[in-house]
Amino acid sequence: MSAQSSSVDLKKSLLDTLLAGLLALVIFGPIVGVVLDGYDFNFHADRVVWSVAIVMVGRLLVSVFLQTASGKKFSSRFDLTGSGVVVLPPGYKSNMRWILLLVVLVAAVLPFLANKYILTVVILGLIYVLLGLGLNIVVGLAGLLDLGYVAFYAIGAYGLALGYEHLGLGFWSAIPLAALLAAFAGAILGFPVLRMHGDYLAIVTLGFGEIIRLVLNNWSSLTGGPNGMAVPSPTFLGLEFGRKAKDGGIPFHEFFGVAYNPNLKYIFIYTVLFIVVMTVLYLKHRLTRMPLGRAWEALREDEIACRAMGLNHVLVKLSAFMIGASTAGIAGVFFASYQGFVNPTSFTFFESALILAIVVLGGMGSTVGVVIAAFVLTVVPELLRNFADYRVLLFGVLMVVMMIWKPRGLIRINRIGIAVPEGGAK
Amino acid sequence: MDALFLQQMVNGLTLGSVYGLIAIGYTMVYGIIGMINFAHGEVYMISAYLSAITLALLAFFGLHSFPLLILGTLIITVAITCAYGWVIERVAYKPLRNSTRLAPLISAIGISLILQNYVQLTQGARQQGIPTLLEGAARLDFAGGFVQITYTKIFILLASFIGMGLLTYIIKCTRLGRMCRATQQDRKMASILGINTDRVISYVFVIGAAMAALAGVLITMNYGTFDFYAGFIIGIKAFTAAVLGGIGSLPGAMLGGLILGIAEAQFSSVINSDYKDVFSFALLVVILIFRPQGLLGRPKVTKV
Repeated sequence: MSAQSSSVDLKKSLLDTLLAGLLALVIFGPIVGVVLDGYDFNFHADRVVWSVAIVMVGRLLVSVFLQTASGKKFSSRFDLTGSGVVVLPPGYKSNMRWILLLVVLVAAVLPFLANKYILTVVILGLIYVLLGLGLNIVVGLAGLLDLGYVAFYAIGAYGLALGYEHLGLGFWSAIPLAALLAAFAGAILGFPVLRMHGDYLAIVTLGFGEIIRLVLNNWSSLTGGPNGMAVPSPTFLGLEFGRKAKDGGIPFHEFFGVAYNPNLKYIFIYTVLFIVVMTVLYLKHRLTRMPLGRAWEALREDEIACRAMGLNHVLVKLSAFMIGASTAGIAGVFFASYQGFVNPTSFTFFESALILAIVVLGGMGSTVGVVIAAFVLTVVPELLRNFADYRVLLFGVLMVVMMIWKPRGLIRINRIGIAVPEGGAK
Repeated sequence: MDALFLQQMVNGLTLGSVYGLIAIGYTMVYGIIGMINFAHGEVYMISAYLSAITLALLAFFGLHSFPLLILGTLIITVAITCAYGWVIERVAYKPLRNSTRLAPLISAIGISLILQNYVQLTQGARQQGIPTLLEGAARLDFAGGFVQITYTKIFILLASFIGMGLLTYIIKCTRLGRMCRATQQDRKMASILGINTDRVISYVFVIGAAMAALAGVLITMNYGTFDFYAGFIIGIKAFTAAVLGGIGSLPGAMLGGLILGIAEAQFSSVINSDYKDVFSFALLVVILIFRPQGLLGRPKVTKV
């Protein structure tokens, strides 16, 4: 048996490869090989040959690899269905505090060194960190799949734009109001659906995201339709960041007697955003250690047991859903002020998928992972503009591969507690 | 009963029968593994492209008579879409059978993104179309108006009812159908009794894909245009239809599709056609609040 299993059964591998090639021909042949052009079409036989060849070579390599000793070890790791949480001994001091100090230092120096381009990229990265953290509470901690997360982001952004136009709201008053508004929308949407089996939430939020976009697009008299709306620049204690203040006020740089810098607006947004992200990080850190946070994770793992223990599953889930939504609302306000205008194309399903990809890659429930993943997934595409067309494809592949390979994400989740020794308690 | 009402009734009925076909895929997969297959809308989209490609190829090889053309398109499209359904299940869902509850859902979203982007990259982002295959219309005169039913619509109604009938026969009367029902009722017991449940689950995905392919050919015939994003909104609507009829119930999916189609057609003629998608979605939320088990479904009892 052991001698048999270590040798590679080449005949079986070749048969697998042939079958995979045939299947690839059937699947890719028509769509890749025949490109529609009006009522006519063009043949692209070379592309079919390439895709079939790639599938066959890939299948052959995988088939041979899985029969070798290291491949067997690799595939047996898939059978482990551990919870993926690493339990640390009590009294464990994390190195995180030093890393955090370093991050704060780098963040403090950045505005003095960076040019406008880098600053805008970092702001975008931080906005996605905020979105990722919010969605991580919903998907990662509470285990609720929210596919219309971008709707709450849109509510925040349009909240600022509409509030400015109709009520004269500014950046500062919009932040708490957007958070409340988004949380309220989350409650209205979530309450009826969260009573049901969890999967319904996914499709209802998917629909909700699309509906918000449709309404923003079609209700031209209120939202300006596809043309979007202008958003005011943020102010600091009523001081504006332009070279000249509107309505005869004093601009920021004159008031403080510093030289005028066209990046001032972005430096300001960056600073406030960084503080908000840090606050949310801290809040999330505390929340996961509170009874509420524990209840989220417990509900994710076993709903029936939790209800038997007397947890109100609807309220617990709703709290996660609303906190996640309000985070997205705040992120929306920052996004709108950063862009200077909003329109519906910023709030497509693609954005929801991107945020979900951040959470999936970063590890569900892991904070550090989400922060890193948010920067990787927003900054790397900025650098690789040539591959922009393949971004969505990459996200899709990422989600499938991550779910099969490491459903808990790349970064391990640590928790302080007393570990049960291997083989059960003594 | 005015003419507009009846006209929209006919439009809604054709639309609804096609929704029903797609809803079958959702409801069968949900019934058997308790998972919402988000990629199902994309399977429909793929089949729309496949039907246009097959039509163009068949015409290129000199096939021009309508019955042969449509029969060939149907058979080839359904066959290739079934292959898609099988491969999707094999690649993205089968390895996750014993994973966390969220994993297959996220994997399905991934597949949906992959399929959309794959079609966009290979076929281009612009809208595609096919020429009208079946010209002409029947005209019923009324007091104060007339109702026009195109032959395409009649064909769609006939084809989708034949498709549903065939499926009902397969599920009710064949060995495969019996295995499907057994697996749906109790997967563990079914496998103890010698049913290869993994294979049955694959079959269910293939059946769902076949129904989506039929719908793809029919919708493409009716509207003539489609793009790589088409599966998204139709997918949500078909899911609404499945929930409306009671998810997990086969006649429910068909009934839900018809009701949703008619309601949507009437809404867009009476109130506003810009918001007809909003209407379907609002309907979904209302059903979930007041009757989550749907029209023909039974309330779910969770046992430990």
